[in-house]
Amino acid sequence: MSASLALPAPPSRRARLWRRYGLAAVGAAIVLAWVLVAILAPWLAPYPPDFVDVTNRLRPPSALHWLGTDALGRDCFSRLLFGARISLLAGISVVALGAAFGTLVGMVAAYARGLADAALMRLTDLVLCFPPIILALAIAAALGIGTTNTIIAMLVVWWPKFARLARALALVQRSQEYVEAAVVLGLKPARILGRHILPNAVGPLVVLVTLDLGNAIITFAGLSFLGLGVVPPTAEWGAMVAEGRELVEQWWVATFPGLAILTIVLGFNFLGDGVRDWLDPKARSR
Amino acid sequence: MKPPTLEVEGLRTVFLTDAGPVRAVDGVSFTVDAGETLGIVGESGSGKSVTALSLMRLLEEPARIVGGSMRFQGRDLLAMRPDELRALRGDRMAMVFQDPMTGLNPVIRILRQLTEPMVGHGRFAPSEARRRAIGLLGRMGIASPERNVSRFPHEFSGGMRQRVMLAMGFANDPALLIADEPTTALDVTIQAQILDLLRQLNAEFGTAILLISHDLGVIGSVCRRVAVMYAGEVVEEAPTAAVLEDPRHPYAWALVNAVPRIDQPLGEDRRLVSIEGAPPDALALPPGCRFAPRCPFKVERCEREHPPLAEVAPGRLARCWVTQAGQLLPRTGGAGLGGARAVPSAGAPLLTVRGLVKHFPLPRESLFAPRRVVHAVNGIDLDLARGETLGIVGESGCGKSTLARLVTRIHAPTAGSIVFDGQEIATASAAAIRPLRRRMQMVFQDPYASLNPRMTIGETLAEPLVAHGLAQRGAEVRDRVSGLLATVGLNPAWVSRFPHEFSGGQRQRISIARALALEPELVVADEPISALDVNIQAQILNLMLDLQQRLGLTYLFIAHDLAVVRHLCDRVAVLYLGQVMESAPAEALFARPLHPYTGVLISAVPVPGRARVVLEGEPPSTLIRPTGCPFRGRCPIARPLCETPPPLAEHAPGRWAACHFPGEFAHAGLGA
Repeated sequence: MSASLALPAPPSRRARLWRRYGLAAVGAAIVLAWVLVAILAPWLAPYPPDFVDVTNRLRPPSALHWLGTDALGRDCFSRLLFGARISLLAGISVVALGAAFGTLVGMVAAYARGLADAALMRLTDLVLCFPPIILALAIAAALGIGTTNTIIAMLVVWWPKFARLARALALVQRSQEYVEAAVVLGLKPARILGRHILPNAVGPLVVLVTLDLGNAIITFAGLSFLGLGVVPPTAEWGAMVAEGRELVEQWWVATFPGLAILTIVLGFNFLGDGVRDWLDPKARSR
Repeated sequence: MKPPTLEVEGLRTVFLTDAGPVRAVDGVSFTVDAGETLGIVGESGSGKSVTALSLMRLLEEPARIVGGSMRFQGRDLLAMRPDELRALRGDRMAMVFQDPMTGLNPVIRILRQLTEPMVGHGRFAPSEARRRAIGLLGRMGIASPERNVSRFPHEFSGGMRQRVMLAMGFANDPALLIADEPTTALDVTIQAQILDLLRQLNAEFGTAILLISHDLGVIGSVCRRVAVMYAGEVVEEAPTAAVLEDPRHPYAWALVNAVPRIDQPLGEDRRLVSIEGAPPDALALPPGCRFAPRCPFKVERCEREHPPLAEVAPGRLARCWVTQAGQLLPRTGGAGLGGARAVPSAGAPLLTVRGLVKHFPLPRESLFAPRRVVHAVNGIDLDLARGETLGIVGESGCGKSTLARLVTRIHAPTAGSIVFDGQEIATASAAAIRPLRRRMQMVFQDPYASLNPRMTIGETLAEPLVAHGLAQRGAEVRDRVSGLLATVGLNPAWVSRFPHEFSGGQRQRISIARALALEPELVVADEPISALDVNIQAQILNLMLDLQQRLGLTYLFIAHDLAVVRHLCDRVAVLYLGQVMESAPAEALFARPLHPYTGVLISAVPVPGRARVVLEGEPPSTLIRPTGCPFRGRCPIARPLCETPPPLAEHAPGRWAACHFPGEFAHAGLGA
């Protein structure tokens, strides 16, 4: 009798996967490409990034200089490749450290409740009160110019959103029965937080981390654009855009670093959306 | 002759999954005549809800109807266009869903939700619809419907929302009402009210009712006929009373006997009939009878040939070779595993609770508003002897789960004392209690939420052993973990699996194994079986009885199912609004309740053919503490004297009740 069942064929697995994760795959490819560029920059770049050749300044893109040269005659293509290193390094370290610290603060606040919770959350509110870029600018200006100092300045404004999210997620997990079971089993708070609450709260945090990487890269580039990020000869996209902002006729100086920022941020956003869909069981079943 | 209201013939619904087509409904046929009541019963995954959704043509991809016919008042449902179906749904054919919390749109007032289908189907003018909506709400038992109709759903309790859903179902005076587990999310007292209402509506309006439930008792109190479903098929169809008395399919037999009956005497052997195994994989159904792999009565033919649904007695159909050959199934389980119940020791109690109070302060609504407080537990006294099982029963919101979490010190009490084996734990710090945790464990209600989804079963069970230094890492831990799995009847080779790979019943076994890992003396079980199918319930109850005998455990058993409590417990305490109303040995309490609340609770249990005293209304808010007797607002025998709170007093040896007129209501109303 099962033979008489006429069953329509479901859409092929590959088609469904592509519809769901195609954009994420594109994002992952872009991010991966930039990571490779950052790692291989010394081998890929035709010139050293800081090689000054004043006689050759502001040349348009050509066979010798694919993306032209800047006001000091440096090869824009080489600087673009090396710039990927700084942007990725800054973005990843800000988000990683900010997420780690913020998650710790949020989870401790959620688990402890009471006074500790109130104190920690008012502190995050305080930081969130300031416009982030302005605060980071002020801190970076006070600390002095430099990649490390700018990263530190960004960290100060970066952790609160992770603290907020981690606290909300941990509060949800806290009332789950398996966390109550862990309490009844007499486990210590650190273990309950680390082994039971964190692993089950980590999904949305991972999504925020991925989506936030692009954000951090933009912010870092923005600070560099304003002259705070990197110490001058260092190749950095934001700084490169700044160098080209008054060179209207020499469009290539500012355009290509701008495009680099655009692609990597888009890449991280596509990837982040994909991670979110993948972690959200409701979106997955569709 | 008029065609039957609903005629289903060989309905087949499949889910097209990556792994292949899952035959959720596989050749189901039944007929509902005008004004008839038919129940569909079966465990989760048996296809009963998919059948209902198929009837309403509400299935979504990847589900698809691939065969059979469905005729509603002679019209072919499968041939209808979407607009014809829309005109039918909510008009001639209405459906009430299980979850009253999500079935209503939270941002639309009750009135609009009620009048929308009436006006939309063009049956009533807006003003007329409004009058009818108010009338229907009143008919459904909602007090002052004129005022309540302009409220939003969140202002209603679960029971009231289910009444609104029923009112919506009846809005256009349908010919057929499909109710999918309409009372599963509700308390027994509210369930009794809703079931009564369904019965009356059927009698009054002549609406045919198709009631879907996992509970044969619920179906028995409304439906004249029942279809038992298993693995996508109807395996037995007969008058409900006949199935309850003398089931003719072994699966129906297992369903009937897996549930303790409140109207039957308690035997010495408390084990329930449970069938091992799980329903067949819908992707690889056995060639013969689908129940054969689990059937205790199977013969050789069952494995080979698929039995048809055939008449076994006048008006009774069963899909079973054994009963079609004329054999009858045994009356009761008669598992006869023997073993007398452990007698609780008379020494000092293991747990003593005195004057326990827990208030949860709510956040202030505004800066200057007084802080509101949930009075969850309001002065509870309990004693629990070693080896005893004390049942705690009551409606939701009576504080029974809070009590469990206070005794296990997940929450800290507001006041009162908890003495565990001579040690005061009510005020002790978390660190001070930690060594005591070994001796006092808990089993939780929801087997899907009580296991960490990111830890394997081995890790889950090893964690407490290592944390308390009961076993060093490595081989010793592995041995203990396999031993635990074997104790609860699971395969020790499954240690590296994750919780999502297990069924609800298996998860609950793991949860029990985790509680047993530390070799506790007291196990607090908070509704451990209420989320499970009846057959799995029987398995878990049998396991708990077994473990108690073997390990000498003491149970604090929290449940809302009175028949189960009567079956399992030595003593029972009835809670209402965070206070003990009555506490007594189980058998005596059920035979002759002293407190009127106990009486109405028992009376609310659906038992076919039994007169019921339906308790009106719902438990009052826990935000305001009532003066006098907490129950007097709903008590059928309340008098002026009840304005002074009655103390919990001993009226007979071991029988405590907090009532000025103990035993009066039981004599007046219930009988036996």
